[in-house]
Amino acid sequence: MHIPDGYLGPITYGSLWGGIIPVWIYASKKIKEIFKASHVPLLALSSAFSFVIMMFNVPIPGGTTGHATGATLIAILIGPWAATLALSISLIIQAFLFGDGGITAIGANCFNIAFAGAIGGYGIYRLISGARGKGQGVKTELRTPNSELRTRQLIGAGIGAYVSINFAALFAAIELGIQPILHTGLDGRPLYSPFPLSITIPSIMIGNLLIFGIIEAIVTILVLIYLRKSHPELIRG
Amino acid sequence: MRNVKFKKLLIGIIILIVLTPIGLILPEKFKSGGAWGEWSADEIEKILGYVPEGLKRLSKLWSSPITDYTFSGWESGVKGYIGYILSGIIGIALVIGISFLIGKFLVRKNGNT
Repeated sequence: MHIPDGYLGPITYGSLWGGIIPVWIYASKKIKEIFKASHVPLLALSSAFSFVIMMFNVPIPGGTTGHATGATLIAILIGPWAATLALSISLIIQAFLFGDGGITAIGANCFNIAFAGAIGGYGIYRLISGARGKGQGVKTELRTPNSELRTRQLIGAGIGAYVSINFAALFAAIELGIQPILHTGLDGRPLYSPFPLSITIPSIMIGNLLIFGIIEAIVTILVLIYLRKSHPELIRG
Repeated sequence: MRNVKFKKLLIGIIILIVLTPIGLILPEKFKSGGAWGEWSADEIEKILGYVPEGLKRLSKLWSSPITDYTFSGWESGVKGYIGYILSGIIGIALVIGISFLIGKFLVRKNGNT
């Protein structure tokens, strides 16, 4: 899902840079508004978690690999906007230092995995969990709810996580799949990613729908259960 | 939130870093390739028989110092795993440092207590 350099033409990667910069600015404003100085380490740890969880490649036997992103989990913990920023920082370091995702594609990868992933996953979580609070990031901390609400939150988190990674993957598949339409050389051959939507969408989505989405949901639920036991002050509505 | 709690969370992250070679070993065991659509220009040539012009040009734009979390000369076996863990340590130290600085900068003087 980390699109490398060269797969997206300038129209697409340019637009997605144009899309993600205002998101980063808004996310920074949100953090400024709701974070306390004591919340800053949580932003750093969230970034670290997303980095490390993406190193756990999960194989499809005989096929490709994928991994969880932690977007929904982090959005539940620190709010979707701070999560967008935390994941973006990870993705930028992955691109520059480790060639995991391209430099021109930073806008695209942050848009898909960080922004669409965090906002999409968090939206579903809120819808299902019935969590209260005004979605103001770390400001609203959850006061141990009754057990029915707790279960709903875990279900919401799991489904949110499953949808989140598939949402991010679908964005990537569409961006890749429109390249042959947008950019073709004089010889009629594609200039960038060569596969049409009819190939990119099934190829990318099957792994995410069947395996990586479920891994994302399991990771999210397990970490939430762990944090609820050992760090209840971190879990918020 | 006291710092003690963060220390415990940081220990959790460190445990995960040590376990990251699982992310290399499992795909090896199941004979899986990389992620779909993340092939290098060479791999694309094998798949398509040619490398799209723009892809060829842009893929050379940046050469990362520790490509694919692998140190050159430490590609396989235990050295690969150690390199993977080292990459995790370097990457995570950097993201913690950068997000900490950005966070500190954003909350400076915002008066939230």
